[in-house]
Amino acid sequence: MTTMLAPLDSGAAPFVVELEHFSGPLDLLLTLIREEQVEIADIPIARICEQFLLRIDTLGLGEAAEYLEMAAGLLRIKVQMLLPRRGDDEEWDDPRAELVRRLLEYQQMREVVDILQHRGEDRRDRFARGYLPLPPVAPLAPLALSLPELLAAVDRVLRISREPLMHDVISRALDVDSAIDTILSVLAHRGHAWWRDVVADDAAPWQILSALLALLELARRSELRLVQQRPFANVEILRDAASEAA
Amino acid sequence: MTPLAKLLEAALFASGRPLPASELAALDPTASADELAGALDEMRDRYDIEGHGIELVELGGGWQILTRPEYTETIERAQLATRPARLSAAALETLAIIAYRQPIGRAEIEEIRGVAVGGMLRTLLERGLIDVLGRAEGLGRPLLYGTTPVFLEQFALRHLGELPRADELAVALRAQPRAL
Repeated sequence: MTTMLAPLDSGAAPFVVELEHFSGPLDLLLTLIREEQVEIADIPIARICEQFLLRIDTLGLGEAAEYLEMAAGLLRIKVQMLLPRRGDDEEWDDPRAELVRRLLEYQQMREVVDILQHRGEDRRDRFARGYLPLPPVAPLAPLALSLPELLAAVDRVLRISREPLMHDVISRALDVDSAIDTILSVLAHRGHAWWRDVVADDAAPWQILSALLALLELARRSELRLVQQRPFANVEILRDAASEAA
Repeated sequence: MTPLAKLLEAALFASGRPLPASELAALDPTASADELAGALDEMRDRYDIEGHGIELVELGGGWQILTRPEYTETIERAQLATRPARLSAAALETLAIIAYRQPIGRAEIEEIRGVAVGGMLRTLLERGLIDVLGRAEGLGRPLLYGTTPVFLEQFALRHLGELPRADELAVALRAQPRAL
């Protein structure tokens, strides 16, 4: 690898090219092949490989892994070419074949690049009416409506909606204590009563709730027992045997 | 100019992008395809013969009114419009591979170019020249890329078929290395 440090041409100024000069290792390789004026299919690997390593060094491309990988590949091919072949009758695969295939493919693509470049330049020299984003969705046209039509519509809506139901919400405290008194006084006379006996038919919701809470409270205090035979059946109120004994 | 030519001229002026024949036809449902083609010819000839600063160009799958190249320098110097930035050689290579092999995944592009193309793909996507067409079936379901109408427009192509076919290129892939 020391040979690659030798100057390209001792008389000429140092050869300096920016990294951007080549778009990749294949590009560099193709350039070398053109400079050497040899057929792609007939690459003199030894010479091209040397040139490639030399360029990598001069261009400071050592940082670019792809270039090093290509250099390694070239060296491998060079080694393979040096290995003695067995008998001539045996099929021999040219170790350069894969590289040649890639180079030809790459060269073909470069040709397309030339076409695109030419066409792109051509188009760049003409302005369109500004690059507009995709046409926006046109906003809806303003509603075309006359005043009588609007009033008729309002009238229809008002007809449909009936007199609104209004509620006055009055907070009313429950009176559990007096409900307890009522229940106890009922039970004082009879040992057994029904839900209907402690809540009047026309009782207001607050009275019903008070009675319910009173019953539950008395049952908790074991002053009575509540029995319901089945769901939604009349609730039977029994004076508790324990409290009776006391 | 005929009323149809005037109508097409107005529509092409109003639109910033190339209008395909189908969209031009929708402007006047009574006009036949021949009449549309005739009106476009008439418009183009009028611009050319009378010597207008604009011309009618067919590209990007449609028709577009463009300024003539001789005024580009002056217009750009006056900062009235700016030419899009040139693509680097590497970006063009990537674009060329995608144009020919679409839908194509990143790994395939890198195999042909011999270098990583992640950054290139991002640039091309940002400029609207390529788009993700879908995912491949294989391992990792890689994204597949293809060119967009913007690509056709910016490279003054009427359609992808205008690029030379692979076998028309000077170096055909079929070429085999000669045995030593």
